[in-house]
Amino acid sequence: MPKLLEIEGLKTQFYTSAGTVKAVDGITYDVNAGETVAIVGESGCGKSVGAMSILRLIPDPPGKIVEGSITFQGQDLLQLTEDEMRGIRGKDIGMVFQEPMTSLNPVLTIGRQLTETLEEHMGIVGETAHARSIELLGLVGISEPDRRLVQYPHHLSGGMRQRVMIAMALACEPKLIIADEPTTALDVTIQAQILELMKDLTRRLGVALIVITHNLGVVARYADRVNVMYAGKIIESGTAHDIYHTPRHPYTLALLKSVPRMDLPRQAKLDPVEGQPPDLTRLDDGCAFRPRCRFAVKKCAQKFPPLEKIKGPHIAACWEKEKVAKSARTIPTSKTKRMRKAS
Amino acid sequence: MSTARSKPAAKRKSAAKASSAAKRKAKASAARRPGAANQPKREPLVKVRNLKMHFPVTEGVFVPKVVAHVKAVDGVSFDIMKGETLGLVGESGCGKTTTGRCILQLEDVTEGEIIYDDVNLITLNKKSMRPLRQRIQVIFQDPYSSLNPRMKIGEIISEPMMVHNTEPDQEARDKRVAELLEVCGLNPKFSDRYPHEMSGGQRQRVGIARALSVKPEFIICDEAVSALDVSIQAQVINLLEDLRDEYNLTYLFIAHDLSVVRHLCHRVAVMYLGNMVELAECDELYDNPVHPYTQALLAAVPIPDPTVEGGRKHQIIKGEIPSPINPPSGCVFHPRCPIAVDACKKNVPEFREIRPGHWAACSEI
Repeated sequence: MPKLLEIEGLKTQFYTSAGTVKAVDGITYDVNAGETVAIVGESGCGKSVGAMSILRLIPDPPGKIVEGSITFQGQDLLQLTEDEMRGIRGKDIGMVFQEPMTSLNPVLTIGRQLTETLEEHMGIVGETAHARSIELLGLVGISEPDRRLVQYPHHLSGGMRQRVMIAMALACEPKLIIADEPTTALDVTIQAQILELMKDLTRRLGVALIVITHNLGVVARYADRVNVMYAGKIIESGTAHDIYHTPRHPYTLALLKSVPRMDLPRQAKLDPVEGQPPDLTRLDDGCAFRPRCRFAVKKCAQKFPPLEKIKGPHIAACWEKEKVAKSARTIPTSKTKRMRKAS
Repeated sequence: MSTARSKPAAKRKSAAKASSAAKRKAKASAARRPGAANQPKREPLVKVRNLKMHFPVTEGVFVPKVVAHVKAVDGVSFDIMKGETLGLVGESGCGKTTTGRCILQLEDVTEGEIIYDDVNLITLNKKSMRPLRQRIQVIFQDPYSSLNPRMKIGEIISEPMMVHNTEPDQEARDKRVAELLEVCGLNPKFSDRYPHEMSGGQRQRVGIARALSVKPEFIICDEAVSALDVSIQAQVINLLEDLRDEYNLTYLFIAHDLSVVRHLCHRVAVMYLGNMVELAECDELYDNPVHPYTQALLAAVPIPDPTVEGGRKHQIIKGEIPSPINPPSGCVFHPRCPIAVDACKKNVPEFREIRPGHWAACSEI
């Protein structure tokens, strides 16, 4: 089966007064139809820029996609004209952004924003568009949809706005939704509602999902595959089980160890990743993680390790994979039984 | 265990270590308590009694008329013991930050008492409050907006010492700044830098150094680690823990991240819509939550382990937080509560001690 989306060697750079920022530095990954792929990393690692590049939403200047190809359903998005691209954004690829207040238009009613998408892409107008809007709001679990349609974004709470965003993303029956930190601005109970909704809808409607997040818990809850990014590169990729149970990159391992876990006995001390994330204008040929890495050897400074296959889809970019593997055995595992009882 | 792969591992483990389970447990509980040498005393440092903070909602431009009140905090009582870290958790708008600001006397409290070391802070005027401010410090959430962009790091950290006149001598102040930067894991050279030259984690360390500069005994951490990336968050959490043990600090740790609170706190209080719904020792609260809101909150936190997540049943709480202008009658949680009965709509549940040290406000438990 052909892949829904294939990204190859994508490089996006920003030209600033401080120098060239290599925000995305050659990433390659693919997404199958109906699959949920998570992109994890810290702020500034290029995870959002990578996703915005798929939609060609990089402000130019200062940004530019310098290299690579993005093949979506057989066509290279980077070769399309702006008009053709507009036909894909919001139709075949839907978007859900982090901040639901700033990504909805404050001077248009919810109904207008939904019908606008339908008019533009599907040619659905009037009564039919109205009916479809009500259906969509119902789908994302908004009560009294007909009353909501005439309301403005400021009438709604954060969770409701995010539901509207999801309804808009789903409006034209897309094949792929890109969700950039969809629940970061929300409270935990609302986050749980939205996550469950997205999981349920993508499974039911067969929509593929790229979810960008820094929350490892969110990823564990609903990703099929995970890409871990650091300093503009994918440094490890695999199924959720690969990444969480047998990480082969020291950064992944360090991330997993640095979060306190609610399902395990309390530790005396957390095990943080020491140091600061690197300056993206001053990257050299070596591995960008090496100043913070406890496995670093001489070779790390000379050459960036290639992404090597470990098992199945699991790949990692590290010279010292074996040592990491040994250390990964110390990742605490939980007694599933106890959690079941607790929840 | 849901996967075939982890089964044998579990079996092996249980076979080998079943006999030593009790020993392990005892060891774990001894190791799990951070700063075990520094147990909190049973003597309250801060006593909050029936605290109410209602903000007026006004209409009209020239002659504003009060039309309603936002009941941000509506009758909250608790103690903070000496040397204790009390976690205050809840969702946005539950009044946890307002509670902290009331203790700091940054708000004009509507009703209630805040007794700090036998002094009722509410009765004090600004001038008599000032010496106490030296003893109560705060670390804010946003390390970008809580540091003055026009001041150098050194000036930011020495300002409280000048205000309280703890180090009148310039040279002694500079020395103390260098010392504080070092304590907080920063290079003393940073005192000549401006905040924009630093990353979020470094700025938060500056915020911590500033709070420590006047040698306080009580620090309110208002979402002190929420804005930081996970790897940096762990560094700052460790720093806060080290400082607590070294300087005998008492923290009120306001946060919404339940796993961080569990890691850091001795006791935890849960707030909902201006009311306190549950308060207990940390382990007791996380292991045996009694209030349906606490249970829902804990169940909603995703756990970074796909095996655990796969085996978890997600009982998701419905609805959203009602407006604090017009909170629901009776128990404020009843519209979202899975176990609510008719009486909950009328009767306000009493905040009572269910087990020794475990308080909750629910009539159905």
